[in-house]
Amino acid sequence: MKKIVVIGNGMVGYKFCEKLAAHPRRQEFHITVFGEEPKPAYDRVHLSEYFAGKTADDLLLAPTGWYEKNGITLRTSELISAIDRKNKKVTTYKEKTYTYDYLILATGSTPFVPPIPGVDRKGVFVYRTLEDLDAIKDYASGIKQQGRTSAAVLGGGLLGLEAAKAVKDLGLKAHVVEFAPRLMPRQLDDKAADMLKTEMEDLGISIHLNKRTDNILGEDRITGMQFAGEEVLHTDMLIISAGIRPRDELARNCGLETGERGGITVDNRMRTSDPFIYAIGEATLYNNGIYGLVAPGYDMATVAVEQITGGDKVMAESIDMSTKLKLIGVEVASFGDPFIENAEVVAVTYENKFSRIYKRINVTKDGTRLLGGILVGDASDYNSLFQIYLNGLPLPENPEDLILGTRGEGNTSALGSALDLPDTAQICSCESISKGDICHAITEKGCTSVGDVIGCTRAATGCGGCKPMVADLVKETLKSQGIEAKEVICEHFGYSRQELYDLIRVNNITTYNEALYTLGKGDGCEVCKPALASLFASIYNETANKQATIQDSNDRFLANIQRNGSYSVVPRVPGGEITAKKLIALGKVARKYDLYTKITGGQRIDLFGARLDELPHIWKDLIDHGFESGHAYGKALRTVKSCVGSTWCRYGMHESVSFAIRIEERYKGIRSPHKLKGGVSGCIRECAEARSKDFGIIAVEGGWNLYICGNGGANPKHAILFAEQLDDETCIKYLDRFLMFYIKTAAPLTRTAKWLDELEGGIAYLKQVIIEDSLGIAEDLEKEMQQLVDTYECEWKQAINNPEMRKRFSHFINSDDTDDNMAFVPMRDQKMPKPWL
Amino acid sequence: MQQTLEQYQTITPKDVKTWVRVGRVHDFPEDGGVCVKHGTKQIAVFNFARRMAWYACQNLCPHKLEMVLSRGLTGDLDNEPKVACPLHKKTFSLKSGKNLNGDDLKIATYPVKIERENVYIGFSD
Repeated sequence: MKKIVVIGNGMVGYKFCEKLAAHPRRQEFHITVFGEEPKPAYDRVHLSEYFAGKTADDLLLAPTGWYEKNGITLRTSELISAIDRKNKKVTTYKEKTYTYDYLILATGSTPFVPPIPGVDRKGVFVYRTLEDLDAIKDYASGIKQQGRTSAAVLGGGLLGLEAAKAVKDLGLKAHVVEFAPRLMPRQLDDKAADMLKTEMEDLGISIHLNKRTDNILGEDRITGMQFAGEEVLHTDMLIISAGIRPRDELARNCGLETGERGGITVDNRMRTSDPFIYAIGEATLYNNGIYGLVAPGYDMATVAVEQITGGDKVMAESIDMSTKLKLIGVEVASFGDPFIENAEVVAVTYENKFSRIYKRINVTKDGTRLLGGILVGDASDYNSLFQIYLNGLPLPENPEDLILGTRGEGNTSALGSALDLPDTAQICSCESISKGDICHAITEKGCTSVGDVIGCTRAATGCGGCKPMVADLVKETLKSQGIEAKEVICEHFGYSRQELYDLIRVNNITTYNEALYTLGKGDGCEVCKPALASLFASIYNETANKQATIQDSNDRFLANIQRNGSYSVVPRVPGGEITAKKLIALGKVARKYDLYTKITGGQRIDLFGARLDELPHIWKDLIDHGFESGHAYGKALRTVKSCVGSTWCRYGMHESVSFAIRIEERYKGIRSPHKLKGGVSGCIRECAEARSKDFGIIAVEGGWNLYICGNGGANPKHAILFAEQLDDETCIKYLDRFLMFYIKTAAPLTRTAKWLDELEGGIAYLKQVIIEDSLGIAEDLEKEMQQLVDTYECEWKQAINNPEMRKRFSHFINSDDTDDNMAFVPMRDQKMPKPWL
Repeated sequence: MQQTLEQYQTITPKDVKTWVRVGRVHDFPEDGGVCVKHGTKQIAVFNFARRMAWYACQNLCPHKLEMVLSRGLTGDLDNEPKVACPLHKKTFSLKSGKNLNGDDLKIATYPVKIERENVYIGFSD
């Protein structure tokens, strides 16, 4: 048995192990891996997600047990200090030695730290490992507590911008300092970089270009950066992201050939100048280049495995450096040669400063081949363009159709269907998975879902950029096999929400148990119970009181549960308009029950800290003062936010408050697949932020513009213009149809934006259905909506007037005591739940 | 807080020293939970009508130590009866008390018996 020693347990070192572990000749080798970090290999590409809540374990490429299970000895926190080539052995920093037959150097790189005076001051970091991120986090929270909140990133490349996002997420004001005259100089041209810069600045990140940093200022810790020309940027911390340096010192010290400017020299078999030593990943110098991307590193690992096991696979002549990523919500991609433009090649560009989209494709003059390109703002066509480039596929008659879409009649995309690609087309470049591999997994290996295919082929497990394309391929292939990918709500019902909507209606099923007996199996769960509760509400407009125990916990008690098991109460305040008398009433109720009060984002007042048993008493008082349930606890219409409009505002075009109230009153109480929010603005200044809602209405000359399918939250989406210059009645008619269509067809817990994303045909199709009535269902949709509107009932009024229903709100059924575990502490003249341990 | 948690230990039918009557069958909603008080303990009781079965467990969520489990949705996972905590939707077996979707949190369960429309819970004290 041959001994293989791998130095380095990063992404590429791990890939080598994974490939070898799966190799048919695996049994001929014994593998020992040395990693200097305490954790086994983790996903550095998605490192920033560590700031967004992912744990260190989430980022692991394989659980610790994987190595043992595959017979691989993993030695973490163990640094190799020397290589003895003559005796084929390596020495650890603890002076232990290990012999090898083959040695793999996957030592990676270190961040390049330019020799600027003051670079060793406290508060200066690099961005490479989990430990770096922890240190940045700690330091950031330290300075924040002292009221210092400015952070700079040196380097406007890919990683630098990621780091800027990370510090922004930590609540600091971010600055990016770049030496070059534009951002991402290696991937973007001037116009693309400009577009990206504007987007970044809009998000509150300051960009400083053409800046050479001469000095890092401060006493013991950093207080600023001094640029050439004496200009000073004040900053409380600095993250350096100025490129990488290959870690070649081990190789150099044992006499292996290395490049003048670093990097272990390798041939196309990944062999160094010693035939028993291979090098892979960022530590290598291949064809005079160092490649800081994961895909070429994975290719190198595959080549090294093949070579050692007797195969003849070699590395491609030119390395593909295409990338696609999402930077702080801005999509950016570049592929092939992004800059090429000469006597034989022309660049076709599309620039839209309004929507902030820039696209560039570089096409041969004869219009036959695509050589590269850049996408900023909308990179949805990246995968298709990349495939055309990579496989040398023929271009449409007018190459500009590739970035502008086909204009005129018909909706066929210039990019074609995923199934049109040749079998050899590489879909996942991180894992080298072709279209053929993916289709094969379905046709030959019996995969029936995206998850199956990913598990079977490992496609999309690297950077994940190809996932949409894999999903398309899976869907199309299954369809061509006559298998429809089945979407079911949970293990208890083999139907989608839309199918259940129809089945319940047609069969006149009125209770959850009846549905479970006739359509499902088992005892149900926390997924299908609320989903069906929502359907019963949408079909029969029954309130949450009728089948209380199938409601999601908040709906069951008609309030929002909070940290310590207490509840918050939100009465409806239509359009955000409220009289002084009602405000006083709210204040009195809050004082009577000692509730914490806060204004919500939807122009209402939230009363926190009510015990379960207090809820009916609070609501009795609120109802006596003319309030109704605000349904803040339900997947239902929440609020229709408004600005004051033409009644008060000197710019207002129409009465936005009156219209908002009318709409909120119309749709109040209506339950839907997810929460629904609306907004009405009195003019184009859009003070009601209506375009961040599921439906937004904006007053313009001659009527209302209707926007649909927006949302705020984690993935903000602007609502899309749906129809223009509508009168009140037409606007409501379209809203009726749109909302009802959504309620009937969306999957559970899918907001309108995501629903539209997944709707075949997109917004154009939706316009046909809603405005042109292409399905002939518009009248039914309106009728169904009208029925819901006509049968509205305030469910809190129902609950407090019915002694049987009121029982639900006692904490104990065998005692009048209240929960003695619930505790509050004072905060800013109000109260808050006692913090968790 | 640790004390609050420690007073909940799983009781099997053979450990039972006293059966405490906590209510009449019709006080308990079908296929849902309610909370009963016994001394300083809060116990969640589930009338799992679909199976004609009854289950009881601590009302205390072991994750954040709030008295909320009785307000969770019930159901099954591969036939194992379960309750989902209303705070973070962690699900627990009503038989073994095991956390069914991760972690090594566990809840204490208690035996329930029904005699002449009365509901009793078994304790060892």
